[in-house]
Amino acid sequence: MSDKADAPSVSTLSDLLAVAYQIEVDAIERYKMLAEQMETHNNVELAAVFRDLARAEGIHAAEIRRLAGDVDVAALGPEVGQWMTGDSPEAADLSSAHYMMSRAEALRMALAGEERALAFFEEVVKSVEDPEARELAKQLVEEEREHVELCHQLIRRHDKPLRRLGVEDPDAPEPQG
Amino acid sequence: MSAEPKPAYKASDFKSDIAPIWCPGCGDYHVLLSITRALAQLGKPPEQVAIVSGIGCSSRIPAYTNCYGFHGVHGRALPIATGLKVIRPDQTVIVTTGDGDGYSIGGNHFLHACRRNLDLTMIVMDNHIYGMTKGQPSPTTEPDLDTALTPGGTGLRPFNPLVIALASGANFVARAFAGNIGQTTSIIVDAVTHPGFSFVEILSPCVTFRPDQRSWKTQVHPAPVDATDDPARAARRIMTDDGFNLGVLYRGNRQPYTPKFGGSGCDLSELEREFEL
Repeated sequence: MSDKADAPSVSTLSDLLAVAYQIEVDAIERYKMLAEQMETHNNVELAAVFRDLARAEGIHAAEIRRLAGDVDVAALGPEVGQWMTGDSPEAADLSSAHYMMSRAEALRMALAGEERALAFFEEVVKSVEDPEARELAKQLVEEEREHVELCHQLIRRHDKPLRRLGVEDPDAPEPQG
Repeated sequence: MSAEPKPAYKASDFKSDIAPIWCPGCGDYHVLLSITRALAQLGKPPEQVAIVSGIGCSSRIPAYTNCYGFHGVHGRALPIATGLKVIRPDQTVIVTTGDGDGYSIGGNHFLHACRRNLDLTMIVMDNHIYGMTKGQPSPTTEPDLDTALTPGGTGLRPFNPLVIALASGANFVARAFAGNIGQTTSIIVDAVTHPGFSFVEILSPCVTFRPDQRSWKTQVHPAPVDATDDPARAARRIMTDDGFNLGVLYRGNRQPYTPKFGGSGCDLSELEREFEL
């Protein structure tokens, strides 16, 4: 959902720190929402996966706060880190969720977010002129690459045949149309 | 970039502690996010905002926010909101409804709310189906949608809510897509700040009973032209578009209706005399 024209403008180090922090905050919020949804629909296995993903993003957010030092990224993030039309890149796509989704599907959702974040920071490396901001963007690109690789590893470990509506749910809703 | 003042409110300030019970994948989760973000941007405290709804999946929104809320009866969100706005014009009043609640059971109220042009915002989460009651056709359902209750489809022409809103006098008409959170947020801000009756149709997929609507995210596109203040031109554009044009489509300049209180302008004792037997 994110593309270059839609993305916030990054020209300084503090812009980049604020946007990077907001990306993590949006990702945390989304994973918590998904965990809540899965708890509501009694998919406790997936709820735990989404809570773990939220915790992981929380660690990344804390790291960015540490890097930011005196820059108040929590205040700046909502101001400068908004996507004009679409959605924050690492925020999981809620429309892909399903009450009987599997662990591998949840991890694919996380992978898609990490790939969008990677693409965003790669674009910042290309476009930003400030040398400090470019250095940090390169560092963030490397981190996102590690996250992408980690998601691939986890998906390989957990990839099982997908559970499907109507197969394991004895009282599945009947889609119309 | 210089440090800007910290925003007064965050989206989370407008969320209640109640966990939504919509189906995972439902577009209404996105709409809830957009509404809370819009309210944060508007900068009004939760107690200066009232969200009024009828019945249906979309009508659960008031419970999920911590503004004033009223979960009304089926189709009657607009009369409740109208009464509230008349007596408390200081409140920002937002109606959240769906295509069944808002256009079918509440269809008549929709027409007259547009006509009255009170300073309200109506947000309709349109999924072209009754989701809460398991998939009956609504006024915006396609005529050939083959459902369990309507084998072969209803054969009925769908309602065009945006054109009807224009014809009835709505002062602001926009279409959004739930998944475009940034754009939907800014449209809601725009709708609430525009004077008069603002109508926002949000295409909000029902992934359970209309899984085909998952493709909406690839079908929507920005409206090719800016909003007009000419309702006839706006209506022509909407009637000839593909139903997936997004953005503010009409921005009118009618004065909102503001009822006067503190006197009817006539002498009550004279009126009493007219009723004397």
